[in-house]
Amino acid sequence: MEYSNLRRQTIFMKKNLFDQGYLDEQFNQLEELQDESSPNFVEEVAALFFKDSSRLLTNIEQAIDKYPQDFYRLDSLMHQLKGSGSSIGALRMKNECSVFKANCNDRNLEGCRRSLQKMKREHATLKQKLESYFQLLRQVGPSEYAVSSRK
Amino acid sequence: MDATAFPYGLRVLVVDDDPTWLKILEKMLRKCSYEVTTCGLARVALDILRERKNKFDIVISDVNMPDMDGFKLLEHIGLEMDLPVIMMSIDGETSRVMKGVQHGACDYLLKPVRMKELRNIWQHVYRKKMHEVKEIEGNDSCDDLQILRNSFEGLDEKSLFMRSDSDTMRKRKDMDKDHADQESSDGNTVKKARVVWSVDLHQKFVNAVNQIGFDKVGPKKILDLMNVPGLTRENVASHLQKYRLYLSRLQKQNEERILGAARQDFSHKGTSENLNLRSSFQEQPNIGNGYPHASQNIQTQTKMLDSQLEDTKSTLPLPAPDKKRTLVSDVADSQNVTSASSLGGVLSFKSLPVNQDRKPSETMILECQTWSGGIPSKQFMQYPKHNHERCDLLGDYSCLPKPDLEHPVGPSNLYTPPPLISMSCSMEGGARDFSDVKPAIMDCIKSLSPAMRCTVDSVSVQLSDSVVTSTDGDLKFSSVDGSPSNKDCCLDQTNSQGTLRPSPESSIIGGTELASLPDDLPNYPLHGVSFENIGLSSIDLLHYSDAMILSGLQNNWYDELEFSSDMMDYPSIDLFV
Repeated sequence: MEYSNLRRQTIFMKKNLFDQGYLDEQFNQLEELQDESSPNFVEEVAALFFKDSSRLLTNIEQAIDKYPQDFYRLDSLMHQLKGSGSSIGALRMKNECSVFKANCNDRNLEGCRRSLQKMKREHATLKQKLESYFQLLRQVGPSEYAVSSRK
Repeated sequence: MDATAFPYGLRVLVVDDDPTWLKILEKMLRKCSYEVTTCGLARVALDILRERKNKFDIVISDVNMPDMDGFKLLEHIGLEMDLPVIMMSIDGETSRVMKGVQHGACDYLLKPVRMKELRNIWQHVYRKKMHEVKEIEGNDSCDDLQILRNSFEGLDEKSLFMRSDSDTMRKRKDMDKDHADQESSDGNTVKKARVVWSVDLHQKFVNAVNQIGFDKVGPKKILDLMNVPGLTRENVASHLQKYRLYLSRLQKQNEERILGAARQDFSHKGTSENLNLRSSFQEQPNIGNGYPHASQNIQTQTKMLDSQLEDTKSTLPLPAPDKKRTLVSDVADSQNVTSASSLGGVLSFKSLPVNQDRKPSETMILECQTWSGGIPSKQFMQYPKHNHERCDLLGDYSCLPKPDLEHPVGPSNLYTPPPLISMSCSMEGGARDFSDVKPAIMDCIKSLSPAMRCTVDSVSVQLSDSVVTSTDGDLKFSSVDGSPSNKDCCLDQTNSQGTLRPSPESSIIGGTELASLPDDLPNYPLHGVSFENIGLSSIDLLHYSDAMILSGLQNNWYDELEFSSDMMDYPSIDLFV
């Protein structure tokens, strides 16, 4: 059946996201929070996250250019991003934050730049994957989503 | 207490600059059946709390916020509203957690926060209320009942909670009474439900601490010196603890500010003066901690201050070098380098006894003007404590050799927050009679030039009961010009709870206005420290290193609206003459 096929796909997609380390347990927590009063909760949170994190990434990029020696500033900006990433369970991004912060600690500007580029890629990838995921979920339907999220 | 009675409707205020987390936390708390209010900015959160005092049971706040350090917020809430505060952070390092504990957080949650952790936050509310009841010693039974009612006011399942808890509370109180009686000095005379740390009371506290010597101070000694009937050792102990936290925070803040300033961009005007500062600054032996690199910022700040000073209505002919020197004190972040901070520096410097040619009063006045004009104060919080701190800190420097212009007392300034008050404190030569300062400061502030604007992250002004400034957003002290009318102050708004509601324009309420506050101003009981009517100990400008524009004037001071009219009649600005 088309429907159960779609459902299987969503389950598979989500499993992949977890296996490949894009997401962690926090994402499940978000799905558990979703209910009738906020049926699109996870998607809304994700949208908020991507919007805010894009802004933070831009800030970091500008900071690297404008204050290249201000590692304290770079570190705090990345700290914000890390906190933000923890909200949806963006595991890979969080890990990259730690790498960036380590570079700041070592005052390694080149390392920071590389790390930032990697971060941007992770950010874009996660965004794209989650968008596909949510799209699929919408096709499956809310009730099924609730079921699949428990898995 | 009924073990199954869950405090539905517990009123939570969540403060977090991260919009994603804010949304998630709100959802989680709603699912716990709590009543949630969210806020993305710390200063807005403070405004909300001040405005709607008693409308919240607990606050959850993130540690890292751009406009204000979470620990600072924590302290303010603890001091002004005495609400339990839970800190949150992605950073779970022991040192951070410890800092939270030291600043009075009742819990520290690690992000990602789970809903089950949030479900149990009610215990902190309950625990605190129990402690509050315990603090009330030797009251009449009817007072006790009143206290209990007050304590549980606003809780949704009020009857449930109250009924079940008041019995517990009462029993516990009885059990503790014996223990408590041993400690209370004279319990029978305490009529109030809670110990409200009024300005006068706090002033006595500060005086006592100063007399004993900050290092040797202890609750018992303070209590004895204060000689306030009905005050217990416990009251003093908890107040002392808060005070200490506050002072240490300010000190750290100053250190951080200096370090932070080193990273700032400043527009430099000239170089000679900078050299002056720089050399003198670096010569200060007790600076240490990498301050030297802050000297650059100081220079720039000096420059900034200079330009600002030029614009001010300051009429005191202070020598240029002096101005710069004073700047040393408060090296805030660039964004925050406002005349306020500079002023703070100026003030602090000037107030030092080393400033041989300047009378403290003159200095003070100048400062007031410059500062007032330049700083769009957003929040003025009354911190009588500042006085104490400053006095002590400054007192330490009185033993320094008289510095000539080349050697400003940089480090000392660094340690003293820019507040005018602190300076005024020292200016009074330890007389601790701040009543003279008020009028001067008030006048200063009144005559501010509206043109100046500073982005002070947050200026705490501890104004004597006579001056209350309420500003908003990036305000300008435009409305300040000598017209201390209430129009902007909204003091007569019933929801002000004795606090000034942030008005679109900053306005300074003269002492007289304060005296005439409408009677129907709700007299909200302060849950903790109340800084009302500071008998103008001094105007305390607190500079926060975070860039924050002073937005609203705080006034929990006016909770009790005890303004004695005699405090406001100061026609001249003759301070410390």
